[in-house]
Amino acid sequence: MRQTFIDTTTQLLADDPRTALVLADISAEPFDPARRRHPDRVINVGIREQLMTGVAGGLALTGMRPFVHSYAPFLIDRAYEQVKLDLGHQDVGAVLVSIGGSYDAAAEGYTHQSPGDVALLDTLDGWTVHVPGHRDEVPALLRDAARHDDRVYVRLGMQENRQAHTAANRLITLRLGGPLVVAVGPLLDPVLEATRGMDVTVAYTNTPRPLDADGLRALTEHEVIMVEPYLAGTSAAAVSAALTGLPHRALHLGVGRAEVRRYGSWRDHARAHGLDAAGLRASISAFL
Amino acid sequence: MNFNLQPILMTVTAMHTDRLRPLLRRLTGDEKHAPSAHSTLDVLWVLYDRVLRVSPETADDPGRDRFLLSKGHGPAAYYAVLAAKGFIPESALDDLGGWDSPLGHHPDRVRIPGVEVGTGSLGHGLGLAVGTALGLRAQGFQDTRTFVLVGDAELDEGSNHEAIAYAGATRLPLTAIVIDNQSATHGWPGGIAARFVGWDVAIVDGHDHGEIECALQNTHDRPNLVIATVEKKGS
Repeated sequence: MRQTFIDTTTQLLADDPRTALVLADISAEPFDPARRRHPDRVINVGIREQLMTGVAGGLALTGMRPFVHSYAPFLIDRAYEQVKLDLGHQDVGAVLVSIGGSYDAAAEGYTHQSPGDVALLDTLDGWTVHVPGHRDEVPALLRDAARHDDRVYVRLGMQENRQAHTAANRLITLRLGGPLVVAVGPLLDPVLEATRGMDVTVAYTNTPRPLDADGLRALTEHEVIMVEPYLAGTSAAAVSAALTGLPHRALHLGVGRAEVRRYGSWRDHARAHGLDAAGLRASISAFL
Repeated sequence: MNFNLQPILMTVTAMHTDRLRPLLRRLTGDEKHAPSAHSTLDVLWVLYDRVLRVSPETADDPGRDRFLLSKGHGPAAYYAVLAAKGFIPESALDDLGGWDSPLGHHPDRVRIPGVEVGTGSLGHGLGLAVGTALGLRAQGFQDTRTFVLVGDAELDEGSNHEAIAYAGATRLPLTAIVIDNQSATHGWPGGIAARFVGWDVAIVDGHDHGEIECALQNTHDRPNLVIATVEKKGS
């Protein structure tokens, strides 16, 4: 997915003079060709994440469309106040593109992980959040984001589904049955495998914010299970708001709050958080 | 500064003070951060009266000069100057911080014409100014200048130093004004200028309009720091 982001953004920089890219050393090398072609619009500020987002705010104030990229813990957690004030409070936007969201940087440890990025953005107004489940979903999301001035977060991960799903800014129904299971981004395939043979409806989205409230309301009969690749319960408030007045039971699955002080790979961490197919099947079965 | 010019400059200072005093009085009845408001008065007046190419009519012109008040505390002087220059009606000064007022104890760009950034939390203006200067350059506004005003205590915030180091290393043309009223709790041993590596530096009397204007009008091919020294906070 990172390579798709690099290719698409390089092309956007060539096509649209309004587009700018702000980096803080992360991924600077693969963007070197773009930086040589557009030295005024590809800006690497060094290892300075507060400045990275401040610069994006300044660029947006002059009418440009900044893309900002780093590891999620540095892009969102570290520079949260810049995201809040230098973008939101200034009434300007940017496209923040992260890698290493939850536990992709498994061997690097907790310093390089941000399971709480989407929850942090949920404290702020006006953010659209994309969590693509396949690299082929990425280019359209980025190209759409280049065309306006709103605040957009694109969360790129290493885990991918076998196939891409387009127009997934709303809930797409992939299997029709009983209780609703909503899979966000790369957790679709594990959800499909976990619920094989179960009488459930499986819906997919790569755009959890704004949550497709109408779709969720239409698909929910009594039970709803949210499966998200970031902090468990991040969407609890949005689901509750969407289902206001409808009697329902809800289960929220995602990354646990407790730090897993182990290394390994993202697959190991998915298993540790119960987000592999076996873990999901156990949790969903117990709930239903 | 030519000694013979001093009496003339003092006269100019007195003229503006007379004009702004009633405006300030409308604001400062119970306004917080009053000392820091007045430390910026002369610099702000010189900026808007002599330096900035911006007016109420050109406040949205993409090629206008940019002034970013990073030190959003104590904006009374800022509001008084904006009123004197016609960006906001003088009547707005009477209800500072009120429910129906556009003027808060920290300025909000969305509410006040001519205000480039909303500030208050310290340490945000320099980064925004760096991005503004980069954005103007990328769009070919070669003659548009970017100014940002920070306080000496504000420099305690680490975010400033990310911007200072980057601007110095990349020779980014923008002008930072530090109002030095010695209000940083632990001071700046070795001087404020020593923190601005790669910048041109001028230290001026923060009440001397001629000195202030001269330092702000000079053209530079790298970032420019103007330290405007005023009386110690609380003195």
